[in-house]
Amino acid sequence: MAAPPPGVPAAGSSVGYGRIVRWIDYRLPFVSFLEHEFVAYPTPKNLNYWWNFGSLAGLVLVIMIVTGVVLAMHYTPHADLAFDSVERIMRDVNYGWLLRYIHMNGASMFFLIVYIHLFRGLYYGSYKYPRELLWILGVVILLLMIATAFMGYVLPWGQMSYWAATVITNLFSAIPLVGDKIVTLLWGGFTVGNPTLNRFYSLHYLLPFIIVAVIGLHLLALHQHGSNNPLGIDTRGPQDTIPFHPYHTIKDSFGLCVALLIFAFLVFYAPNFAASADNYIPANPMVTPNHIVPEWYLLPYYAILRSITFDFLGIPGKLIGVILAFGSILILFFVPWLDTSRVRSARFRPIYRWVSWILPVDVIALGWVGASPPAGIVVTVGQIATFYYFLHFLVLMPLIGKLERPRPLPISIGTAVLEAAGRLGAAGPAEGN
Amino acid sequence: MARGALAVLVAALGLICAVGAQAQEEAPPAPHQQWPFEGVFGTYDRAALQRGFQVYKEVCSVCHPVKHLYFRDLEELGYSEDQVKGIAAQAQVADGPNDQGEMFQRPARPSDRIPDPFPNDQAARVANNGALPPDLSLITKAREGGPDYAYAILTGFKDAPAGFKMNPNMNYNQYFAGHQIAMPPPLSPDQVKYADGTPATVPQMAHDVVSFLSWAAEPTLDERHRMGFKVFLFLIVATGVFYAAKRKIWSRVH
Repeated sequence: MAAPPPGVPAAGSSVGYGRIVRWIDYRLPFVSFLEHEFVAYPTPKNLNYWWNFGSLAGLVLVIMIVTGVVLAMHYTPHADLAFDSVERIMRDVNYGWLLRYIHMNGASMFFLIVYIHLFRGLYYGSYKYPRELLWILGVVILLLMIATAFMGYVLPWGQMSYWAATVITNLFSAIPLVGDKIVTLLWGGFTVGNPTLNRFYSLHYLLPFIIVAVIGLHLLALHQHGSNNPLGIDTRGPQDTIPFHPYHTIKDSFGLCVALLIFAFLVFYAPNFAASADNYIPANPMVTPNHIVPEWYLLPYYAILRSITFDFLGIPGKLIGVILAFGSILILFFVPWLDTSRVRSARFRPIYRWVSWILPVDVIALGWVGASPPAGIVVTVGQIATFYYFLHFLVLMPLIGKLERPRPLPISIGTAVLEAAGRLGAAGPAEGN
Repeated sequence: MARGALAVLVAALGLICAVGAQAQEEAPPAPHQQWPFEGVFGTYDRAALQRGFQVYKEVCSVCHPVKHLYFRDLEELGYSEDQVKGIAAQAQVADGPNDQGEMFQRPARPSDRIPDPFPNDQAARVANNGALPPDLSLITKAREGGPDYAYAILTGFKDAPAGFKMNPNMNYNQYFAGHQIAMPPPLSPDQVKYADGTPATVPQMAHDVVSFLSWAAEPTLDERHRMGFKVFLFLIVATGVFYAAKRKIWSRVH
C-alpha cells in the first residue's frame, strides 16, 4: 500500500482523497478522470436551460438500457410467441407493466429530448469550428437511435410492428439492381417473418451499446473544446467559466426532475398516448391496417418519403423519396459547411434567427403530413414542406450567412453577463434566459 | 429563444388538433361515456366488473375468446379464491397426455387460461358465417376510442336507413366503419339476471361488460394510478428541493 513516492507529483486531483483512493489513482487514474471531466470541467457561466438536454438524453438512454435489459429477460423473440410474451410481461411479470411502459414512453422522451438538443445546436451554431466532429458524432447517434427505435417497435409483433417492418424494409428495394437482394437479406426470407424478428431483436440489443460508445466519443469531442454557449463566443479564461460541479450537477438534477414529471405523467396516466391501437392486435400478414404510420418521431421522414409522387428524369418517385428521406438526416452531416456565417449564435443574426424558427414549424408540418392519409391537400403540404426543408439547408443556410450583417458580438462572456445583469434592473429580463 | 419556442408549441398543438379531427372522419366518433377508471384517481368499480364478467360469460363468451385471461385473474374482480375455483370448475379444458398417453378433458383450475369458445379460427369462422369474432382481452386498447368505442358498438345497432344496401348476414351499426358488422346485436333487455338486482338494461349491460373488458385489457390500471400518484408527490418535492438548491448555488455566480 504505497502512496506515490515523495517527489512524484500527486496524480492530478486525487489530492484530498484517502490513501486507498490515492494508491489506486496513481495506477489507474479513474478518480482523477472523473474529477477532471465531471467535477472541475469548466463550463461557460452563461449556459441557459437549453443546455440541459444533452445530459438529459444520456440519462434517458441509461433508463432505456436498464429497462430494456430486464424486459429482454422476459421477452420471447419468436413470431408465434412475441405478442403473447409482451402481454405476459404486462400482466404476470412483477412490475412488468411499469418496465414496459417506461421503455415504450422512454423512446418518445428520448427523441423529444434529442430533437430539442439538436435544435439547440442548430440555433446557437454549436456545430461550427471547432465542434464539427462533435456535431457529426451527434448525427451518427441520431441515425443509430432511429434504427434502434424502429427495430424496437417491431418486437411486440403487433399489426403496426409487422406492417411498419414491411413498409420500411421495402424502401431498400428502391435501390437499383441490388435492392431486392438487400431486402431479402434484411428479412432473412421472402417476407417479413420470424427470421426478421430474430435479427431485429439481436440488433435492437446491440445498437444501444454502440450508441453508448459513440456518446463516449461525443463527450470526448465536447470536452476537448468545452460547451458552446448562448452567445456563441469562446470563453477567454476562468472569469468566463464555472466548474461543472456543483453548478451543472444541480442544474441538471433540477432539469431531470422536470423531465421525469413529464415522463411519469406519460407512464402512469397516458401510457398509450403515442401508441397505435393497431399494435394491440397481433401481427397478421393477411390483413393490412387502414393507415400504416410510424411512431411520431419518425413521421417527418415518412412524410418526405411519401411526398415524391412522380418520377423525375426517369428516376422512379419511390427511389427519390427514399433518397430524400435518408438525405433529410444525412444533410445534417454537412451543416458545419453549409452554414457560411462565422457567427455561431442566431442571437446575433437578425435574419437567420427568424429563419431558424421556421424549420421546426416546417418539421412539425411534415409530422402532421406523415400522420395523415396521403390525399388532397396533405400531399401538397407535404411537397411544399419537403421542398422548404431542403431549401433551408441547401439555399437559406449558405445564402443568409453571406448576405446577413450580424450584430456586434460581446467582447467576452463575463462582460455580456454583467451587461445583462445591468439591463435586468433597467429594462426587464434578457432574452433567452 | 423562449418566445420562438412558445410559437412552435402553439403551432404543434394546432396541428395535433387538426390530426385528431382528421382521424374522426371515417366513422362517427363514439360519444364519450363516464368511466370510473378515468383520470388520475380512477379505479375500476368491482361491482361493475363482476356484472360485466357475468355478461361476458353468459353472452359474449359464446363466440369471443379472452385469450390473455386466466381464471386466477378473476380474483382481482373481488371474487374469493374458492369462488374462482368454482367458476373455473364449470369449464372443461384439455389436459394430458396421461399415463396411457391420451389427452383428456378435466374441470378447469384457477391456473388455467379461460378456454376459447372455438378450437381454432377456422372453426370460429364456420360457426359465424365466415366472420372471425375477435379476441376481447385487449379490445379496448386495440381500437381507437377504447371503451367509448366498444360501448358505442354494443349500443349502436339500428335498422339500416332506407336505400342502404346490406350484404347478407350483416347488421347495421352506426359506429362501425362501413356500418356493416357481422355481429348481430348481442344485448337485449333482461338478457342476464344480475345477482345484485341491478336492472339489466342494454346500456347497463354494455357499460358493465365494457368495464370488464377494460379491466381485461389493462388489469394493472389501479396499481398504476396509485403508484403514479406517489411518484408524482415525490417528484414534485424533489423538483422543488433541487430548484431551491440550484437557486442557492447559482446565486454565487455573476
